[in-house]
Amino acid sequence: MSDMDLREDIKTMDQPETFAFSPENQAEVAAIVAKYPQGRQRSAVMPLLDMAQRQSSGWLPRAAMDHVAELLGMPPVRVYEVATFYTMYNLKPVGRLHVQICTNVPCWLRGAPEIVRAAQDVLGVAFGQTTEDGAATLTEVECLGACANAPVMQVNDDLYEDLTYDTAKAVLEALLKGETPPIAGSQAGRRGACPCHGATTLKDLAGDYVAQDSVKESAKPKAKAKTAKSAEAGKETT
Amino acid sequence: MLRDEDRIYTNLYGFQPWALKAAKKRGDWDGTKAILDKGRDWIVGEMKAAALRGRGGAGFSAGLKWSFMPKGEGPLPHYLVVNADEGEPGTCKDRDVLRFEPHKLVEGCLIAGFAIGAHTAYIYVRGEYHNEAKVLQAAIDEAYDAGLLGPNACKSGWAMDVYIHRGMGAYICGEESALIQSLEGKKGQPRSKPPFPAGVGVWGCPTTVNNVETIADVATILRRGAAWFAGLGPDNNNGTKIFCISGHVETPCNVEEELGISLKELLKKHAGGVRGGWDNLLAVIPGGASTPMIPKDVCDDVRMDFDSLRNVRSGLGTAAVIVMDTSTDLVAAITRLARFYMHESCGQCTPCREGTGWLWRTMVRMEKGEASVSEIDQLLEVTRQIEGHTICALGDAAAWPIQGLFRHFRPEVEKRIAARRADAKHRAA
Repeated sequence: MSDMDLREDIKTMDQPETFAFSPENQAEVAAIVAKYPQGRQRSAVMPLLDMAQRQSSGWLPRAAMDHVAELLGMPPVRVYEVATFYTMYNLKPVGRLHVQICTNVPCWLRGAPEIVRAAQDVLGVAFGQTTEDGAATLTEVECLGACANAPVMQVNDDLYEDLTYDTAKAVLEALLKGETPPIAGSQAGRRGACPCHGATTLKDLAGDYVAQDSVKESAKPKAKAKTAKSAEAGKETT
Repeated sequence: MLRDEDRIYTNLYGFQPWALKAAKKRGDWDGTKAILDKGRDWIVGEMKAAALRGRGGAGFSAGLKWSFMPKGEGPLPHYLVVNADEGEPGTCKDRDVLRFEPHKLVEGCLIAGFAIGAHTAYIYVRGEYHNEAKVLQAAIDEAYDAGLLGPNACKSGWAMDVYIHRGMGAYICGEESALIQSLEGKKGQPRSKPPFPAGVGVWGCPTTVNNVETIADVATILRRGAAWFAGLGPDNNNGTKIFCISGHVETPCNVEEELGISLKELLKKHAGGVRGGWDNLLAVIPGGASTPMIPKDVCDDVRMDFDSLRNVRSGLGTAAVIVMDTSTDLVAAITRLARFYMHESCGQCTPCREGTGWLWRTMVRMEKGEASVSEIDQLLEVTRQIEGHTICALGDAAAWPIQGLFRHFRPEVEKRIAARRADAKHRAA
């Protein structure tokens, strides 16, 4: 290794010796690189690091960075630069649930401190810490971009919105148990960022939605309701 | 109030499916080929006539920006880059376009790409919008399957590819040159301008970077005509805009309204008014975290458009309206924003890297009343030393909220400092 290297604490912590993409992910590599012009494969560094992190239970071991560097023909330090610059790369292990709470002004005005309290009560850890059983890591984050649905909390890939102390607690407890996971999105039952007492615009369409949605929800078994957030949702309701 | 038939985003709340069949019913992809057949000059001309000002915050004319791209096909390919790295606190409009109206964006990419001579568009979606990016990718896939994108997009003879590039949590990548660096697989550190992206952009090629909402507006404007769009809103502030209303209102929401609507009407009609009534209002941050706050007496009659807000020494920014009622500790709010800018400074320019931390530390003492009154002027002097002395506008964005606070609420901070001193004296006695 050259002089230019990773931060001391990351260098000295326990790290897996090797990393290789799973066969499925390896098959993805070429498709990701092909999104960029020939000779510009370096652009694929961010998506490949993300894929490596997902494969490694939510964190990015040094061996994975080195592997990506080799795949893309980049000096390892250029990969370390990227991995340390962007906050969504976790350079240390995180819990099965990565609980991220926004405390920026729009969330703060609507009670983010209560959501932080709920998370600390459920998980028993402070910001930056992981529970002893490795179930969850609690992180303070900047604006998550759902300010009209504040306060919000992100758990892994899903946003939970319009939270209160009680609903935040309920969401986290359900996720920890792993049974019937809560439906992501607004916990106050509104659609998107529509005013919660009903739409002030596009009311004709709102009527359609309520009718169509109530039929859909009642016809569906409970477990399937979770797919409402998936990319398939739009197609199903077409 | 804007009539429903004049709204661009008829599925802003996701009442209907996002998918192609429903999107077509809403009017998306209607006559796209006919628009392209009118040619590049007509499209750019129409966009200039519509005078659509960029919806990402800076408010620069989209048509004019497109016209800076080199004419014809040179040796270097052209690129369209769509900025979906939404991260300005208060702003959550692009998210709803991505998840509920993705076809407006994809169609806009084809038309804008054609207009600037680009066969490839990259949509840079912030990393946290993982589910939104999935919906967008599914919409792109649908468009390919239907022949709306690909080697002969919409049977126009124009080849168009659209790809998603996901960010990984860096506010600074919302700055166009930092976004380009990030797309190239580097740290998102802004580049000096000139050269501007239209000359030297991604991979050294001519590039146009536009906001999601700007690009998603394009198809509707061209279908309905520049005259329709220009007929909405005050002069030089044409059209409609998605407002994101957050903070101390009864019903926070996103809503599309005509530019130039009064702030009071906007909050009353769509957000149920200020919590506890209009008289309970203390201040509003009208355009996302970086725009200076305006106090209630300014809010009373200000209109929500680029020029009106500039005239009260603030800005429309991304039209993210953060409402703060009389229960709010404004000093704490601005201190929190100062911490945000310190966290998000990319570290490249010394005034910003060192200055944002300095601002935050001083603001923490201001919040507690521990600073001295003379430090207020020193603090403001430092904001002016940062402002305009950095490669990108993040330095300015860190300076403005603090300047806004002291412009309107300096006596409050002075009172807090005096109270703390009196208290300390009392205790010593």
